[in-house]
Amino acid sequence: MEKFITLTHTAVPLEMENIDTDQIIPARFLKATDKAGFGDNLFRDWRYDQEENLKKNFPLNQEKYQGEILVAGDNFGCGSSREHAAWAIKAYGFKVVVSSYFADIFKGNSLNNGLLPVQVSPNFLMETFKAIEEKPTTKIKIDLENQVIKLIDKNLEEKFEIDTYKKMCLINGFDDIDFLVNKLDKIKTFEKHQTL
Amino acid sequence: MKKTLFDKIWDSHVVESIPNGPDILYIDKHLIHEVTSPQAFQELKERKITVFRPDKTIATADHNTPTENQHLPVKDLLSRKQLQELTQNCKENNISLYGLGHPFNGIVHVMAPELGITQPGMTVVCGDSHTSTHGAFGTISFGIGTSQVAQVFASQSLLVEKPKKLRVNVNGKLKNGVTPKDVILFIISELGTNSGTGYFCEYAGNVFEKMSMEGRMTVCNMSIEMGARGGLIAPDETTYNYLKGREFAPKGEKFEQLQTYWESLKTDEDAKFDQEYYFDAEEIEPMITYGTNPGMGIKITATIPVNKNKSTEKALDYMGFSPGESLINKPINYIFIGSCTNSRIEDFRIAAHYIKGKQKATNVNALIVPGSQQVAAQIKAEGLHIIFEEAGFQLRQPGCSACLAMNDDKIPAGEYCVSTSNRNFEGRQGQGSRTILASPLTAAATAIAGKIVDFTKHLN
Repeated sequence: MEKFITLTHTAVPLEMENIDTDQIIPARFLKATDKAGFGDNLFRDWRYDQEENLKKNFPLNQEKYQGEILVAGDNFGCGSSREHAAWAIKAYGFKVVVSSYFADIFKGNSLNNGLLPVQVSPNFLMETFKAIEEKPTTKIKIDLENQVIKLIDKNLEEKFEIDTYKKMCLINGFDDIDFLVNKLDKIKTFEKHQTL
Repeated sequence: MKKTLFDKIWDSHVVESIPNGPDILYIDKHLIHEVTSPQAFQELKERKITVFRPDKTIATADHNTPTENQHLPVKDLLSRKQLQELTQNCKENNISLYGLGHPFNGIVHVMAPELGITQPGMTVVCGDSHTSTHGAFGTISFGIGTSQVAQVFASQSLLVEKPKKLRVNVNGKLKNGVTPKDVILFIISELGTNSGTGYFCEYAGNVFEKMSMEGRMTVCNMSIEMGARGGLIAPDETTYNYLKGREFAPKGEKFEQLQTYWESLKTDEDAKFDQEYYFDAEEIEPMITYGTNPGMGIKITATIPVNKNKSTEKALDYMGFSPGESLINKPINYIFIGSCTNSRIEDFRIAAHYIKGKQKATNVNALIVPGSQQVAAQIKAEGLHIIFEEAGFQLRQPGCSACLAMNDDKIPAGEYCVSTSNRNFEGRQGQGSRTILASPLTAAATAIAGKIVDFTKHLN
């Protein structure tokens, strides 16, 4: 897995709540058997109309919004467990998603793919949307080591929480399979004492 | 220390707790399907590791399968390839696969419980968020992503943080026409779509005690729609009676032994929950949704709440509804009875009972999709197929079908569908489709009337 330590970049705002994984990647694109190519279909039905024309008002289609950070409304990633959602966001070029709340499965899937979900307070999220609206080229810094997100132009920062183990994985580029395979002896011992 | 049902199962499955980190949780049953497993098998191949416990892994094909002509090669090339890959991967790894046409085939959350694969006290995972369904048996069951599917393949374990605990109590007598689907839609509409995030939810109270296993599965199934990773209900006589004699359920003395253990799987009196809610059964009425998430639900006779908020406005705009509007008499051209939420025999009995002797309205396309081959066989055995056919409903072969529209079963853009599935997200049932979630009874009544009606007035 790719390492994540720190990132300073511009952001794309999606000021909507409850963005579900069906919007992030519609089910009809889940027929693939590998992980490649999902970026093209990220937010497919919000980016394109049924005649495949770009919808100009959608932030991802607006030239003024570019960047490796996606900032979204509350309860981002709810719905289906499809990891394709995290793959699509990553493949499109985002490295961080900022929201005031993430759905559990999406959060886990992101962390397993080196896509960092940064959960901020509702107030900080509002400030972030405002900062981007005022100046789309504004930069946001995410420092994973110190668990701090900073709106550079506003000199406003906030601490964010992350599981200590997951943080270690991201900083070192480790994943859970390596960890679990090293524990197989312990798992075998556990199995011997199982009731079920 | 007093423990909840959830604590008891969780604690007995912890292989090791990582200091300042997650637990290594042992998984008893790993259910897989064609859509979220191929990349996990690929991951194993790349790392040159094999499936650690293939005997604890069960596969089915459901998400991406046609519901007509299942005996013929699948027409859609990508779908066919995905199904072939599942067959190949299962063969290479010695995993039992109940694929298309097999008498055990069906939607993963319908076939596993009906085969007795799901048993109280177990941990069950699957690369599908509705794995919460299996909690109806008093299990810890939750959906996982594909990376985690690979982790379970590699170690039969997962690294997970122990969630917080929530209990929803519903007591009293349900009104006539109110079904388990209405109970869970009501709970989600009251609590909201993210109220359960970070929690596992136990359902308690006499409403759930009196509920059939099919009903309990419907309730637990939608736990994820309020954000909870899983839901669970303490096992009892209803659970044991359901399990007895099922294909993979323990038999004879082994069953008795296990039952003694299962009987200990109850929340201790005075055990602490992080959050608790209480509802009166009498408050609940048949429910429908009006928006684009399952929390946007109202009583069928109520009006759409007036709520000035960008996301609500966007949802209502998508649905073509206005704040303050009643949905009674809204013409509906599509109904779907199926999905892992409502495609068990009881759901079709309820629908058939209402439909018997009636005809669907001419404007309506009514699709009935059983959850499994066994349910399909039971529909025939009970003669329900004749009722559906005579009323003009199309009865298809098992699968996830129009719940997520990965196959050809799609609702056209702009059309409303009163659906017994679990998600009313934008485009969920096909690009531009508009989903109204409801119970099988409400869907049946809608099909007969050709519009949304307050059918409770006509129930005997």
